[in-house]
Amino acid sequence: MQVHVSINGEKHEADVEPRLLLVHLIREVLRLTGTHIGCDTTHCGACTVLLDGRPVKSCTVFAVQANGREIMTVEGLEQNGKLHPLQEAFMAEHGLQCGYCTPGMLMTSYAFLKKHANPSEEDIRWAISGNLCRCTGYVNIVKSVQHAAATLRQGG
Amino acid sequence: MALRTSPEIGGMGHSIKRKEDPRFIRGKGTYVDDVQLPGMLYLDIVRSPFAHAKIKKIDSSKALAIPGVLAVITGQDLAKYNLHWMPTLMSDTQMVLPVEKVMYQAQEVAAVLATTRYGAADGAAAVEVEYEPLPVVVDPKKALEPGAPVLRTDKKDKTDNHIWHWEWGDRAATDRAFADAEVTVKENIYIPRIHVASIETCGCIAHFDKVDGKLTVWMTTQAPHAIRTVFALVAGHVGLAEHKIRIISPDIGGGFGGKVPVYPGYVIAVAASVLTGKPVKWIEDRMENLQADSFARDYHITAELAARKDGTLTALRIKTLADHGYADAAANPSKFPAGLFHVCTGSYDLKAAHVEVDGAYTNKPPGGIAYRCSFRVTEAVHTIERMVDVMANQLGMDPAALRMKNFVKPEQFPYKSALGWEYDSGNYAGALQLAMDRIGYAALRREQAEKRQRGELMGIGISSFTEIVGAGPSKHFDILGLKMFDSCEIRIHPTGKAIARFGTKSQGQGHETTYAQILAEELGIPAADIQVEEGDTDTAPYGLGTYASRSTPVAGAAAAAAARKVRDKARKIAAHLLEAAEEDLVWEPGKFSVKGAPNRSKTIQDIAFAAYTNHPQGMEAGLEAVSYYDPPNLTFPFGSYICVVDIDKGTGEVKIRRFVAVDDCGNIINPMIVEGQIHGGLTMGLAPALLEEISYDEIGNVQGGSFIDYLVPTAVETPNWETDKTCTPSPHHPLGAKGVGESATVGAPAAIANAVVDALWHLGVRHIDIPITPPKVWRLLREKGVTE
Repeated sequence: MQVHVSINGEKHEADVEPRLLLVHLIREVLRLTGTHIGCDTTHCGACTVLLDGRPVKSCTVFAVQANGREIMTVEGLEQNGKLHPLQEAFMAEHGLQCGYCTPGMLMTSYAFLKKHANPSEEDIRWAISGNLCRCTGYVNIVKSVQHAAATLRQGG
Repeated sequence: MALRTSPEIGGMGHSIKRKEDPRFIRGKGTYVDDVQLPGMLYLDIVRSPFAHAKIKKIDSSKALAIPGVLAVITGQDLAKYNLHWMPTLMSDTQMVLPVEKVMYQAQEVAAVLATTRYGAADGAAAVEVEYEPLPVVVDPKKALEPGAPVLRTDKKDKTDNHIWHWEWGDRAATDRAFADAEVTVKENIYIPRIHVASIETCGCIAHFDKVDGKLTVWMTTQAPHAIRTVFALVAGHVGLAEHKIRIISPDIGGGFGGKVPVYPGYVIAVAASVLTGKPVKWIEDRMENLQADSFARDYHITAELAARKDGTLTALRIKTLADHGYADAAANPSKFPAGLFHVCTGSYDLKAAHVEVDGAYTNKPPGGIAYRCSFRVTEAVHTIERMVDVMANQLGMDPAALRMKNFVKPEQFPYKSALGWEYDSGNYAGALQLAMDRIGYAALRREQAEKRQRGELMGIGISSFTEIVGAGPSKHFDILGLKMFDSCEIRIHPTGKAIARFGTKSQGQGHETTYAQILAEELGIPAADIQVEEGDTDTAPYGLGTYASRSTPVAGAAAAAAARKVRDKARKIAAHLLEAAEEDLVWEPGKFSVKGAPNRSKTIQDIAFAAYTNHPQGMEAGLEAVSYYDPPNLTFPFGSYICVVDIDKGTGEVKIRRFVAVDDCGNIINPMIVEGQIHGGLTMGLAPALLEEISYDEIGNVQGGSFIDYLVPTAVETPNWETDKTCTPSPHHPLGAKGVGESATVGAPAAIANAVVDALWHLGVRHIDIPITPPKVWRLLREKGVTE
């Protein structure tokens, strides 16, 4: 089947099997490998991308369901050579270690901060509770999201 | 430790930002599954639904009829090359693919090779296997009973399921101490089977180039050099020689010990690539990862502790049954089948101890690796820390006071333990006192007494652990005969920049940053100017890899040693440039100057340039060194953790209200990274304490085989960890450092379990096995007559 998607503002067309998962379209057909796979059951969130601005776990979405829609992946965060405040914050606050969950964490946090400019620690913890991290213990991820929220509030 | 370098140089003690992060936050890391080669084939694996069964027939015809499926590989195919069995790191054997029978649920039965990932999965689903179920042995105690079905029928003359018996310590002295003891306590403690569950699963791409006969394997491995040697030893007879094997361990999405062993999937992928001459990718999914890759723990422990009435601890006696599944595929040093479990006297000055461990075969996946800890030290710490609490309550003493009374004292270091270890340094009372001050221990005890009056359940738990990391001295430590040194090779370029390569492999620990900081500290070259590389056996010096918190203690020391060799040569070049005697030169990070004439100096960059352009006659050009560091001893990080829990009487839920962690890992290279390691370690301590377990039903069906029921902590269950530190340098490590990656995982579970038991002690509860889940606590409360 033909699918037409926009990824990070670029239009792509592909001929795919109806059963192809969105994560495999992104990673293996379009070769954007920043989106990762960590489980088979929609629990870990490593594959989180934005579909029309909403975070989805792309291992549980068919590529054909994204037909005609806008996808944003971690590769779309940096604009014109400028990192997104979330990316800066994750580096500043040591919000990542092995880096495997990081793209999913960034995308979930990106969508969350669009709707919550000044979140509490508890809000952030619930917001990222669908993204598993085995390295950081989440403390510095929470700090990173708070840090980015502050930057964004100041127009960062 | 005082800073010796400027922030621009960024040596030890600076929280410099990580060099790894710019690629990771852009999604530009390269993990194994990101590698895609032209013409690459995909491997998927058919797995057994039975825990123990004869394979009567494998019918591949329907699979082979699927377009794109090229081959179905079985044990019979591998047997032609004698590759159907492989050795484990513990010199046991394990199947690559079975010929006669399967030994656990989810065991590899056959492999399907196809041109696409989905095609391989279709093929695996279409392979038809006929099984004849056999009696299943799940319980290791029953496995050792007379008449139990013998599982390893492949081993000639094997008449039972007993793997080995191992004991350590002075049995007679320990028995005497128990006979003379005024107070003794005894508990059965089960430390269940768990799984490291790194968010990246395991996998590889094997690429055998038929023209030059070279095998390259991109592989999720924590120990690339050891893997290369194992491949050469195991597959030498089919033409793989070590100089024609290259293992590349690219970015690794978490390891924690789970990426040390060799799994059958790797071997099948290599075999498939050698036969086809094409690259073959094998990536396991999460359920395969949890159900078939090496587990951790699974120790059935009976522990006894003896004391005098005044609270002086006198002796420890432990018997343990270790469930290894159908093969002992642990990753322990050869000499120690139970790892470093015999560090179980912990932080206490016990005069006598004896420990016995027996290994048993069962119908479960093979293994016995660590879960973010140094070879069974978590099992050791959990046992002693639980037992000290049991004893404190038996004696009616405060558990902090009992610990303070029995700690090895600072002046006793180096301290020889009853089980033969020489602890390098420590100040255990200092760490516990700081933790008590930070959390407000006395006030919490008052609050607890008041709440108990009102029927509320609140507990305070302490764990004062001693770790044992940095394996290890070659006299005692090897894996398959390979001594457990590690290495650093450093080359200074003419313009004063450098590249350094190591035998270890980071999986998130931040080696690219911390190793550069060690070299910056020793050479004064800015950390930003030092490129650190690991994980490619064609370029890196030989090393045993990263696990057991050994990178800083061993490879970090190698970095210092190599840098000091460079500095020795730099001194000679500086003397030549300054026309001064070597002994008249003074070093400060980054330059040599002439004693008494500080303006006469040469920077390390000047010296590097001269090493290639103006080196002294008779000296070889260049500025580089390599060190293979053999540590004189292990290092012994320690700490004290205090946990406060509140228990919901209605649901049985344990809520961690506060958790203060005081760690001492000696001198610190990067405080930001160390704190991050502790946060992560604490969360991997919380996980087995409250959430994670892999268990089996009576016919060997795995429970906890996916993230649906294997509960990795999310941000919601994880508390906001409070950390602090003391600093007691290691006297034998060149940088005074000790290693830290695993301390918190080792120390935390006992603090949490002790807090829960403390909350319930007045109800008559003496011990609860982890994980302490709400149903477990709920049932216990109802048994004790506690209602909502």
